[in-house]
Amino acid sequence: MTAATGAAAAPKAPARSHGLRSRMRKEAALAYVLLLPALVLFGVFSFYPFLRNFKLMLYETPPVPGLPSHYVGLHQIIPTITSTQFTQSLVTTIVFVILVVPISLLLGLALAVAAHRKLKGMAVYRVIFSSTVVSSVAVASVVFGTLLNPVVGLLPWLGINPTPPALENTTWALPSVALITIWQFLGLSFIIMSAGLQSVPDELLEAARIDGAGSWTRFWRMTVPLLSPTIFFAVVVSTIYAFQAFGAVDILIGNQNAVRLHTNVLIYNILNTLQIESNPGAAAIMATVLFLIILGLTLLQLRFLERRVSYAR
Amino acid sequence: MAQVSFDGVTKRFGDTTAVDDLTLSIPDGELLVLLGSSGCGKTTALRLVAGLEEISDGTVSIGDRVVNDVDPKDRDVAMVFQSYALYPHLTVGKNIEFPLRQRGVDKEERVTKVKRAAETLGLGDLLGRKPAQLSGGQRQRVALARAIVREPLVFLMDEPLSNLDAALRVQTRADIVELQSRLKTTTLYVTHDQVEAMTMGHRIAVMSAGRLQQVAAPEDLYAHPTNVFVAHFLGSPGMNLVEGMLVENGSPGASGGGSRGTLCVAFAGASVPLPAEVADPVRGSGPDVVLGLRPEALRLSPDGVIAANVIIVELLGAETHVICHTESGARIIVRQSAGATKPALGEAVRIAVDADPEAYHLFDATTGERLVGP
Repeated sequence: MTAATGAAAAPKAPARSHGLRSRMRKEAALAYVLLLPALVLFGVFSFYPFLRNFKLMLYETPPVPGLPSHYVGLHQIIPTITSTQFTQSLVTTIVFVILVVPISLLLGLALAVAAHRKLKGMAVYRVIFSSTVVSSVAVASVVFGTLLNPVVGLLPWLGINPTPPALENTTWALPSVALITIWQFLGLSFIIMSAGLQSVPDELLEAARIDGAGSWTRFWRMTVPLLSPTIFFAVVVSTIYAFQAFGAVDILIGNQNAVRLHTNVLIYNILNTLQIESNPGAAAIMATVLFLIILGLTLLQLRFLERRVSYAR
Repeated sequence: MAQVSFDGVTKRFGDTTAVDDLTLSIPDGELLVLLGSSGCGKTTALRLVAGLEEISDGTVSIGDRVVNDVDPKDRDVAMVFQSYALYPHLTVGKNIEFPLRQRGVDKEERVTKVKRAAETLGLGDLLGRKPAQLSGGQRQRVALARAIVREPLVFLMDEPLSNLDAALRVQTRADIVELQSRLKTTTLYVTHDQVEAMTMGHRIAVMSAGRLQQVAAPEDLYAHPTNVFVAHFLGSPGMNLVEGMLVENGSPGASGGGSRGTLCVAFAGASVPLPAEVADPVRGSGPDVVLGLRPEALRLSPDGVIAANVIIVELLGAETHVICHTESGARIIVRQSAGATKPALGEAVRIAVDADPEAYHLFDATTGERLVGP
């Protein structure tokens, strides 16, 4: 019976598989056509520059303009990453990250907790709190630049008048730029924390309440641990963003300012090395270091998120 | 241990009244089941006792104390949630220990009590595990252990079995009953499952649309439902309810069994004579009534008083449900034992009613209230 069926079916099989194969080939062709625009865009603006960056690392440009760059292999890597300019820039960036990330996340969490209560009109506050996400860094910088202005700004009005003015002051320039970035991050941090809070089941907090936990204990012993994956995610994402901060520094401090070395964050340093110093080799090396830092953070997050999946209740 | 009392309790959410003027007292040590379909207010009533909702009107007392304004943590109640609400980041042991810690019980006592509660519920080997590593039944037991560990005045259970599979539910049902009878802790148990209610409750309080319909011992509730809602809600399948008119035999419109002068409930195709015990108290009421007949009080018989057509025959193994339509369009279910002859689909049959007066339930057609007192 089986043999008969098999024999009867056998002649048909190649024809069917042939049809299937040609259809699959057609589908694959269509898929590549549809992928093409994205591939071209990524290729031109991401993949090619990314690979080209590694090539640039191997060439040294002489400090005298006009002379051609020459191949030095890996020899300029150590001098570049041990140079004072780079280490200072790295330290500045780390200080900047330390200023921005914890404060913006804590504020975001505080606002999210405040807005999580079921009160009338809370939706308005949610919109306000999350609105900084959609404001551009340029607009935010101009507004804060005005607020920090020593003549017409908010600081003199508040009676705070550092000399030299905040944005020209070696102590206050970086915190000022950080302040703008904190404000900008606040919306994202608020949204992430709010989403995290939504995922903490009300019943757990109710159970804790009946079990005798006051609001402070409920927050620290229930909400925060249950929110820890969200908090971790927010920390990693904002750290990655903060490492790449650039706009506010460029707009508010710029290249001419006396304090520029105090706000010389990595991206800004890379840009200066490339454009002002015309040293693509060194810039490529610094860009690679930044890439490795961000790659490390991303891997950390991916590993944690994998663990989180198995942490499901 | 303590008694729990609702006194004229109302809970409103905006324009919706979830619990409407509930007055109910649960004596010390009783297991009272709050039974009703979803949205009937039973869970809200439970949450009012827990202190998770604010009372709009009336008072809730635990023992001699009015607890309206008492914080949940100071009410000395323990609650088992439908979702178990175990703390996912804590181990089983820490979960059970949590209420003790919050109450400042010292470490030595905590260890002893956690151990005892865990052993009571057979969780001794699982103390180091996280809730995610447990089966549904184990989680349920952890939730119970967390409730019993601090020996509260009252247990509140909100459909604790509804997430378990059928076999485990039957087992856990018995376990909870056994646990409660041993601890003798006043328990409010919310469920929509009437089998759970019948098998577990010392008394059952049936709720519908926020109102208490009836509160009685399971057998009383089943035998003497106070209105058509309770009559239909309890029993599987529920009581057959047929609209008809009270007529005296011999008068126009009356036909069928019973001698002249007998009070009957008449509807198209039938006239069901009522036994004197049932008929006498209701003479003069009506005439529009609802006749309630339990499926087990009916049988198919050629000399039956109700003419009907068989629509569906459901075989359940131990018994058979024959679903019929009367000429008036009413649906009547007859419960047959496995040995009885099964009718064919579409067959015209006659349905006989037991002679036992307890088989007849009469309700007012307008109000739905019971006409014959128990």
